[in-house]
Amino acid sequence: MSFKEWFVKRSPLPEMWREHMAEYYAPKNFNIFYYAGSLLLLMVVLQFLSGFLVLAHYIPTAEGAYDSVYGIMYDVHYGWLMQYMHVDGVSLIFVLLYVHMARGMLYGSYRSPRELVWIIGYTTYLAFMAEAFFGYVLPYSNLSYWAGTVITSLLKSIPFIGGWVTTLVRGGPGMSGDTLGRFMALHVTLVFLVIVGLIVFHILYLHKVGSNNPDGIEIKANKGPDGHPVDGIPFHPYYSVKDLFGFGVWLIIFGAIIFYAPTFHHIFLERTMSTPANPLKSLPDVTPPWYLSPFYAMLRSIPNKNAGIILMVFAVLIPFVLPWLDRNPVKSTRYRPITRIMLLIFFINFFVLAYLGEQPPLPKYFFMERLGAFIYVAFFILLPFVSKFEPTRTPPARVRFHAH
Amino acid sequence: MSDERQDSKHAPNVTRRRFLTALVTVSGAAVAGTIAVPMVKSLDPTAAAAALATTTIDLNPIEPGMQMVALWQEKPVIVVNRTPEMLATLDESEQKGILKDPNCNVPQQPPYCKNKYRSRVPEWYVGIKICNHLCCIPHYRPKKASVAPWWLGGFHCPCHGSMYDLSARVIKGSPAPHNMAVPEYDIDVAKKTVVVTKMYPLAHLC
Repeated sequence: MSFKEWFVKRSPLPEMWREHMAEYYAPKNFNIFYYAGSLLLLMVVLQFLSGFLVLAHYIPTAEGAYDSVYGIMYDVHYGWLMQYMHVDGVSLIFVLLYVHMARGMLYGSYRSPRELVWIIGYTTYLAFMAEAFFGYVLPYSNLSYWAGTVITSLLKSIPFIGGWVTTLVRGGPGMSGDTLGRFMALHVTLVFLVIVGLIVFHILYLHKVGSNNPDGIEIKANKGPDGHPVDGIPFHPYYSVKDLFGFGVWLIIFGAIIFYAPTFHHIFLERTMSTPANPLKSLPDVTPPWYLSPFYAMLRSIPNKNAGIILMVFAVLIPFVLPWLDRNPVKSTRYRPITRIMLLIFFINFFVLAYLGEQPPLPKYFFMERLGAFIYVAFFILLPFVSKFEPTRTPPARVRFHAH
Repeated sequence: MSDERQDSKHAPNVTRRRFLTALVTVSGAAVAGTIAVPMVKSLDPTAAAAALATTTIDLNPIEPGMQMVALWQEKPVIVVNRTPEMLATLDESEQKGILKDPNCNVPQQPPYCKNKYRSRVPEWYVGIKICNHLCCIPHYRPKKASVAPWWLGGFHCPCHGSMYDLSARVIKGSPAPHNMAVPEYDIDVAKKTVVVTKMYPLAHLC
């Protein structure tokens, strides 16, 4: 008996390899948007590595945190590289998350039978928000301090137990070194492990039902004599090699940002990160990072604290029920022109909201913010009706694919 | 390119594939190696740690026969102000033949300290107070017969009983293999200061 046979008899890995790689049949008509998923996996691994290495030099105390982060930038060998990898990696993860979700919405990937894939994926997105927020507070800059204060004070609006929860999260009446201790614990253990677990489940649930594709038709409905979908190709080597190419292109972009524009015009790393926490001095304008600012713009578009919070929570949670709001038998918006236009307006509106959320809270933006919030909510309210009555084109029987 | 040319069963261009696979493997390894270097390097001692490299010790408070321990790079450095009687015990231990390395042939000290005093100036002993055996901190025992009836004065380790003379030369019968290490230092007798600069690279601490 060779070593290989001996090993295969005892290991679940060859079977898992076949099920999820070598004999996982994915539609052959994936386009460029389908790089986002594998790139997200790559970025999570890189965030783990760079995060591990900056954590090795980080001190979670009110006195030490800010200086230790500056120590990483100036005293640790290549610390600046690890730091910028970790900071820019966050923004790039959110770029990829938005591309990944937009692709799912464009091609109806959230539709039956993939509702759970969407829900697990959307939960992962929320977990990434939490992970990003906790990481954001750790350098204990003045921005960290006030971002932490503002976000944790949102918890006060929880009915009955809000005050208790806020104190519990902060570890005291306000932000302090104790907050840093529990935020670091959350950032590096609990939330990170939740993200990893959710990603595993996201992929397992996807592989159970099979991948959707830009045409939104089920390739499993059309199987060849070998029992495999005729429009499917094995993930390995076809898509694994394709994704490897994507890794190469993406790492060039990632490297260019790290080396030539690490703060990305202070969008990825704000200027106010460069002053230490000061409980006596609020920032000139407290704006969230770009990837959270659409929701922030909606929050402040309503001049009433609790109503604003309710709108924001609604805006964050409503995509969970997206699979049930869409009632059209056709999945892909390739064959649903009205939904496609609605979606494009929705995406543009989301980025306009992101821009507005970064602006100072001046009255001239209020109307725009309210309009943006209205469009965001209107999309989800209109979708059940539009999808029911909109005219559609007939999707093709086989996926549209032209060999290069 | 037609569908058939892509199909491995019909016309695989094996040479081209092998070349591309090798190209991807080699360039992938180059990328991984390039990022691995800064990643591993980031765990090196920081510049802040390196900035704490030197320590200046004021010799004024140390009276003859007394010693003082200063912290240098997280290590205890002992400075002993040896009296002529104490220096005489160094010859005595050499004559008795109880030392493992009386001539300091193992480079446990910079070349300028390779003498029986193991120091730049005979009365001032400057050394790292870490036992060569398993990194414990030996006790300073200058009194004769304080450790054993034959004891001439020196250092005695509380962990495993290693013994050293007043130049920190290891005495036979100790588990420690070498004399205690002496760092590189400058001494200014007139200003009564010692500046410990760096570890002598050949010396074994423990």
